Amino acid sequence: MNLHLRVWRQQGPDADGAMAAYDVSGISPDMSFLEMLDTLNEELAGRGEEPVAFDHDCREGICGACGMVINGQAHGPERTTACQLHMRHFADGDTIDVEPWRAAAFPVVKDLVVDRSAFDRIIGSGGYVSVPTGSAPEAHATPVPKAAADTAFENAECIGCGACVAACPNGSAMLFTSAKVVHLNSLPQGAPEREERVLSMVGQMDAEGFGGCTNTGECATACPKGIPLPSIAAMNREYLRAVRKGR
Amino acid sequence: MHGGVSSVSAMALVTRTDRRPSLVSLAWRSTVGKKAVMAVSGLIMLLYLVGHLVGNLNMFFGPDEMNGYAHWLRTIGEPFLKHSWFVWIVRFGLVAVVVAHGVSAYQLSRRDIRARPVKYAHQRQRASYATRTMRWGGVILALFIVWHLLDLTTHTVNPRGEAGHPYENVLATFSTWYGNVIYIVAMLAVGLHIRHGFWSAAQTLGANRPGRDRILKGTANGLALVLTAGFLSIPIGVMTGVVS
Ligand code: HEM
Ligand code: FES
Repeated sequence: MNLHLRVWRQQGPDADGAMAAYDVSGISPDMSFLEMLDTLNEELAGRGEEPVAFDHDCREGICGACGMVINGQAHGPERTTACQLHMRHFADGDTIDVEPWRAAAFPVVKDLVVDRSAFDRIIGSGGYVSVPTGSAPEAHATPVPKAAADTAFENAECIGCGACVAACPNGSAMLFTSAKVVHLNSLPQGAPEREERVLSMVGQMDAEGFGGCTNTGECATACPKGIPLPSIAAMNREYLRAVRKGR
Repeated sequence: MHGGVSSVSAMALVTRTDRRPSLVSLAWRSTVGKKAVMAVSGLIMLLYLVGHLVGNLNMFFGPDEMNGYAHWLRTIGEPFLKHSWFVWIVRFGLVAVVVAHGVSAYQLSRRDIRARPVKYAHQRQRASYATRTMRWGGVILALFIVWHLLDLTTHTVNPRGEAGHPYENVLATFSTWYGNVIYIVAMLAVGLHIRHGFWSAAQTLGANRPGRDRILKGTANGLALVLTAGFLSIPIGVMTGVVS
């Protein structure tokens, strides 16, 4: 396959960026999107040009490191991560636009790499349970109802890639934050810090400069892990409950 | 709007000694709490619209029915309330919810726009028409409310404008082309606003659940359709001579 790429190039956080055009040839339909970019980068390096910087790690769709907006869609046209997106979803001769996640809370570091540490600070504000560590607890000590386990598991699938923020017209982190709040607040282990958790995490989310939710649903459509939109409703419920309870 | 920075980092086994701001003010400063204010005020206005529509349909039963209904509105609560008190209580309540709705919408929108300062070079169509037009639709409705009050409450811009005769006043409104245009545009806008707004309010207040999503969307569509069609029936009735 031969492709025309238009890629966002930006030297550093404070530099001005622009879309740059590149042609790549000899792309196999079996390659992943990242392998296609590797091919481009080898070519660029061969010509003595700066390769395109992008984040990646596992390349298995489980770590959440990769992420770029491909033709206006977070992670591209399929519901998966960029590393698991295969080139067979494109046609020979296509023009493909590649841009970084766009959000005030995710400043561009270089090219397609953005700083997502705002997510870490949201997790740090309450995305955990406080338990004295030591020997592993007995598995049956805390019974978990099946429905609660299912909800927790569905929401625990979030890999924190940031596609929800990138897809949201308001740069909102509600889907990400709600996945973690719902995951932990559904479980008995999360119950003691239930109210504190949701208040702190929403507070941190707002403090990071993410936008609010207007229920456009773009986040859930873009999410490679299928975190459902009602998770946001569940977090709202938890938040309003915490306010009513006075903590 | 820096919701809860003070509450961050102090969870877990740490004993809390600091005093936090009250949770209500914390909620108002948070995006989630402010959105809840928008949802509740929107639902109150929706409830008002249902009552307003039912009352307005008196137009189809002639001047005596319509004018009698408007008179009756002012006697509600007598002798406990004095004449017109009920109407004034509703008016004050409505002003409060309209202001709450507008202020929270404005503040949240400003924040949302700031949170996405750089647009994508590759734009594509996002979300439904109703969802994308909430902000401009809301502005149109706010302007309509002002016009509507000047028209049928204060009679400032009404071609006839006789107190106690809403039937004749409404006929006068819909006998001008601009009256029809303004009301028809506003009724379509209110339909779109409710279509997204009702479901959105359910989501914001945490009433949505995975199995309930479709029912809520269906209810939103139904409410939007009934209210728009119902309100539209009045100018259409006047234009076609069914109401005269
Ligand atoms: C065809 C559509 C409509 C007609 C014929 C109509 C007619 C009227 C009339 C005759 C009054 C005065 C009632 C009285 O003095 O007793 C009134 C009041 C009012 N209308 Fe409408 N209306 C329509 C649609 C709407 C819509 C869509 C809204 C909301 C966006 C609305 C909001 C109001 C409000 C807030 C008042 C209260 C004003 C007051 O305090 O008297 N109306 N309407
Ligand atoms: S590189 Fe790990 S999810 Fe894509």
